[in-house]
Amino acid sequence: MPEQRVVDADYLLLEAPRERKFITGAQAMAEAVKRANVDIAIAYPITPQSEVMHLVGDLWAQGYLRDYYRAEEEYGAMSAIAGAVRGGARAFSATSGPGLLRGLEAIASWPGHRLPAVLGVLTRVVNAPLSIQPDNVEIAYLLNCGIIVLHAENQQDVFDFTLAGFVISEKVDVYIPVAVCTEGFFVTHAKGYVNMTPEDMKLPPRDPYKAPVPPTDCEIPPARIQRDAPVQKSNFMSYLIHAVWQQEVWSSNIRAMKYIYKYLGGPIEVVNPDAEVFIVASGCAAAQGREAVRYAQLEGLNVGLVKVKSIRPFPEKEIRQVLSKAKAVIIPEHNIVGWLAKEVKACIPDNDKVIGGPRVYGGMTLPVELIMEKIYSVFGIKKEKKVVV
Amino acid sequence: MGLEYVRISPGFERYMPKDYVDLVKYGQFGRQVDVQQLGQFKELVEEHPMCAGCFMAYFIRVFYAALPNPEDTIVIGTAGCARLALSQAAVPFVYGNYGDTNAVASGLKRALTIRFPDKVKDVVVIAGDGGLIDIGFGMTMHSWFRREKFTTIMVDNEVYGNTGGQESGMSPKGVQLKMAPKGKQFDKINAVELAKVAGCVYVAKLAPTNPKRIAKTIRRAILAARHFGPTFIHAYTSCNIEYSIPTEKVLEDARKREKQDFAFYEWMTDEVREYFEEIEKKTEEVKA
Repeated sequence: MPEQRVVDADYLLLEAPRERKFITGAQAMAEAVKRANVDIAIAYPITPQSEVMHLVGDLWAQGYLRDYYRAEEEYGAMSAIAGAVRGGARAFSATSGPGLLRGLEAIASWPGHRLPAVLGVLTRVVNAPLSIQPDNVEIAYLLNCGIIVLHAENQQDVFDFTLAGFVISEKVDVYIPVAVCTEGFFVTHAKGYVNMTPEDMKLPPRDPYKAPVPPTDCEIPPARIQRDAPVQKSNFMSYLIHAVWQQEVWSSNIRAMKYIYKYLGGPIEVVNPDAEVFIVASGCAAAQGREAVRYAQLEGLNVGLVKVKSIRPFPEKEIRQVLSKAKAVIIPEHNIVGWLAKEVKACIPDNDKVIGGPRVYGGMTLPVELIMEKIYSVFGIKKEKKVVV
Repeated sequence: MGLEYVRISPGFERYMPKDYVDLVKYGQFGRQVDVQQLGQFKELVEEHPMCAGCFMAYFIRVFYAALPNPEDTIVIGTAGCARLALSQAAVPFVYGNYGDTNAVASGLKRALTIRFPDKVKDVVVIAGDGGLIDIGFGMTMHSWFRREKFTTIMVDNEVYGNTGGQESGMSPKGVQLKMAPKGKQFDKINAVELAKVAGCVYVAKLAPTNPKRIAKTIRRAILAARHFGPTFIHAYTSCNIEYSIPTEKVLEDARKREKQDFAFYEWMTDEVREYFEEIEKKTEEVKA
């Protein structure tokens, strides 16, 4: 491994030179971990995530990380991440679908424990029936945990979101974990161009004392004496302490927004802001939406795209503003429940203009033609379906 | 709290809570106390909301007095009666989720080893039979398989006491408890043998009838974990409520169980034995 030097986080994320590489999404995530000065990564196999943690394991073997092991299962892995982060380490793990759900009890408690960490979520069908394909319904389960949820469209996003994720997560006024989600296989196992910072530069190490909640390491004054856990005081104290703590978790989530602007160029990307009809999409669906905008332009239809990068915090204000004059809003998704459509419908006043779909699930691909059908229907264009026998 | 952090800055004594001043002045930070002098020094745990006559509360009191290095110890627990007292001690306590103790301890111990390679930081899990052998079974076993360097103490009251008296894997066969209305259908799990097979380097089983021996066992388990690998203590800490043991009879019950199935048992690897012989010889030399 090359000798890595610590550089300022803002420099690394915003100014450092970048080199273009043609790599898979799994590689992009590992390349970000390589530059993130990670202390410990804890792995557990599940397809399609495994590739990421294989590569991170190789990084440990090469000396980029201080510790790494394969855990007993996801609940154990995510609990051990909690232990490591409490101990002041910078930690990383990744999982998929059923693995995410198995680890969810621990993951959902990370924000309440005020544990900064980055979790890769490489989406896959949630059983049953069994499938290993890239449905992203699991993101719906993450939305109410208090965790920051970023959704990457492609390999470049995976790299950028993962590296910035560590920085955002450890900001003193945030200090909750970041999930970097992307579709399994479509992104993790496919190659794309990624502009990457130099291999010999890494983030400064985690400073666990720059924190709203101190680490559990017996090193800080005053001696920490936890007395009277809320649950064993009166019910009133129990309600009150939990309530203010959770309010603070969700406020932290919102406070992350300014860093999402600073490091990721904002929670949304808008293509053709003056469009008549918008596609709102996240992850891989945004890539297909982008292509649909191009198709529409070729046909002279005024269609735009709102790519949502941050699902939590959800950019309500930004989306409301962009969609204020739209005639119709089409929301293509890789899941059956339509979690993104629900989020968008909940934040705009005239939500009868939202078309929840097209949706593909079970891990199917999302053909641009499906989005085009919705666009034609919004513009009142009737196309005859060509059936090739 | 490394010892330097426990001490109060000069001039601040009169502004600190009396409880804290007493801990620093008359407590066990920085010195080894004799467990038989309980009550004559400021203990790490004093108030607790556990039931009158609870033997687990007594065991936990002895546990804190026995810590070889309380200023650099982190205790990890989970749901159950034990955490009611553990969370009130003057030692950092982590309460995570249900049955996650040994996974959390694995991550924590590794992080502390990365960050403080030259310091001793003891991590001790103290959890119940339900937490360690039922819901947390996989994580307990795997922390041992991986040879994680921390101590696991099972305070076995043979029941889910805190949730109202349900059967656990450690309840004896035939006992009628909630969720076992016809009596427990299978044997008490042999946790000690599991610990040995899974790779613990020091394993002990005891009924808490002899405070000096409890303290020695706890100290040995913690010291062995520092240097060699996982260690395990299986302690019988009866639930006088769910098992209807009159308060004045809890010690009698412990003695009875000691004769039946909780006779003091201690097993260790050869290298751990040699290590103890060496340090115990040194202590004797100092005394002489």
